[in-house]
Amino acid sequence: MFAGIDVGSLVTKAVVLRDGKVAGYSIISSRTNPRKAGEQALEKAITNANCKREDIKCIVATGYGRSSFSFADKTVTELTCHATGAHYLNTEIRTVIDIGGQDSKVIKLDESGKMSDFAMNDKCAAGTGRFLEVMAQALEVGLDSMGEFSLKSDKPCSLSSICTVFAETEVISLIASGAKKKDIVAGLHMSIARRVGSMAKGLGLQKEIAFTGGVAKNSGVRSAFEEFLSVKFAPISEDPQIIGALGAALVASKF
Amino acid sequence: MEGEREMWKAQGIDLKRNDEFLEAAGKIYGDVYMKQPNRPKGMGFFDFVMSEVHSIRPKEMIDHREKGGKVVGTFCVYVPDEIIFAANGIGVGLCCGSDFSFIDAEDILPTNLCPLIKSGMGFKKGMLSPYFEACDFIVGETTCDGKKKVWEIFDNYIPTYIMEVPQKKDPKQRELWLKEVELFKEKMEKESGVTITPEVLGEKIKLINARRKALERLYELRKSSPLPISGKDALLVSQIAFYDDPVRFTSKTNELCDELEERVKNGEGVVEPTAPRILVSGCPMVIPNWKLHHIVETSGAIVACEETCTGTRYFDTPIVDETPTDIDGQLKAIADRYLNIKCSCFTPNDDRIDQIIKFARDYRADGVIYYTLQFCLTYNVEYEKVKRALNKEGIPLLRIETDYSEEDTGQLKTRIEGFLERIS
Repeated sequence: MFAGIDVGSLVTKAVVLRDGKVAGYSIISSRTNPRKAGEQALEKAITNANCKREDIKCIVATGYGRSSFSFADKTVTELTCHATGAHYLNTEIRTVIDIGGQDSKVIKLDESGKMSDFAMNDKCAAGTGRFLEVMAQALEVGLDSMGEFSLKSDKPCSLSSICTVFAETEVISLIASGAKKKDIVAGLHMSIARRVGSMAKGLGLQKEIAFTGGVAKNSGVRSAFEEFLSVKFAPISEDPQIIGALGAALVASKF
Repeated sequence: MEGEREMWKAQGIDLKRNDEFLEAAGKIYGDVYMKQPNRPKGMGFFDFVMSEVHSIRPKEMIDHREKGGKVVGTFCVYVPDEIIFAANGIGVGLCCGSDFSFIDAEDILPTNLCPLIKSGMGFKKGMLSPYFEACDFIVGETTCDGKKKVWEIFDNYIPTYIMEVPQKKDPKQRELWLKEVELFKEKMEKESGVTITPEVLGEKIKLINARRKALERLYELRKSSPLPISGKDALLVSQIAFYDDPVRFTSKTNELCDELEERVKNGEGVVEPTAPRILVSGCPMVIPNWKLHHIVETSGAIVACEETCTGTRYFDTPIVDETPTDIDGQLKAIADRYLNIKCSCFTPNDDRIDQIIKFARDYRADGVIYYTLQFCLTYNVEYEKVKRALNKEGIPLLRIETDYSEEDTGQLKTRIEGFLERIS
């Protein structure tokens, strides 16, 4: 059996593979201790997979906190892991859009599933999960319900700013001017789609396209992307948030 | 150095902040440089220069002024050192590579300005640099809008002379640039009271050419596999070229090259020949900015060349033609050589793109990292043309835009490791 751990800035994920299939996984908050989060996520995934620590032959760590996890036999970037995970679930995937806590990435894959190019956001948090988290707080809307909420909008607000700090100011002005929350949330989702979508266009968008990472669970962002890029995302059979950890486990199985 | 504190005090340096800066820079240097495996012995000189960074060379400059010479600060590879040295001057590339001094500049400059400009302004305004304080005046140039306007503000703190670098390379603009070079000669003569003769100018052309040749020799050796020197060490040599005494620098760099030649002959390298080789292309990296090189070289790869102002653009061929024996001919030779530099402030700048492709092949690069400082408009925009050209050639390319802070190190490491996974 093999394990992959994706220690993200906000959330840590672990996947255990048995006979090349997902036997168990876990998703927990990273909090302030990435090392501890990695260990806990692994323990939980092992329990869910109904096996023991000794059964795991190789562990690969990925994600922002990959090097702080000492149990790993190898570390690999989340770029390679998302590509590997997406290819495993659907060999037709040629582009992966991954939005996590602090990064947004667009990854190109060749036919064999190897990463052939990628683009990533610069050091600002615009167009990331963190951006949505800050905005959810400003709007007093639950992070998990933002997607459903925005889909009710028929007139999304237009937000000029794509910087997290400035966008928050802009959101506060919109609230003050009486704009409906659902329209503001829909506007925020459009701004993410525009920002990350432009990065994807710059890299050259090839079908099929998978949307992974925690933000892929937000149906509002998904549909904003599909509208901006005029595409339909390929369905993936696992939770989009664990694709990085799944990729890491797959790398472990070939190590 | 003995008496350094008295020297700084007399210069008006903020002693407390100077201590803080030297302590921080010393620690970074220890972490980045001293832990490298298989360093050439010849780097000892450059380590020593760094350990005395605010002491020995500024003292030499102060002594030079006391003997009646001039010290002239510069910020760009377009300012001709030949003319400064021919007027019994010392040219020094000034400090603008650290965010330590941002706080001193942020009250008078906009936030969204390139870190290099902000840093330089801060070092001067905050009285943090013995180099700045040893200068009689500084020479700015018009290589970007940010710099062009900041010179006017610099002039409130230190006399500032501006050379106009044109934006195209057609005959009309060449004429303008030649005129600028002639005016600079007049300016240097006026400031120094020295009449520049063809004999002395010829001598100084040879002096600066010798520095270029030493650097070219160093870079030639970096075409070998395995690499006899790390990218970080080679970058440091390039950075020190901007301010050390040219005679001493040239001799020490040639000594280093003798050692590297032996290494190449014996097939001895600083890393395994299988380590991916990276060509860095883009903006200058001023001391103590070793950020990108450090991340690359602690991720299993090695930098083989810098197509930057603190790399090939500084010494690139053709060197100044040494054949003219009259002032007019010499100034024209100087103007021609400098206008050949391939900076993104020119339009068009296609020669640079051809050169990047050539360097990628010559230095056997497995990939190119396009490095830009935040808010450096011209290099940032030129990326698109470089990308198209390199894609066509099948040369892997990674774009990195960053500043002097350490906050994004984690993200950059992911990107660079991802790039290495991609090209391996």
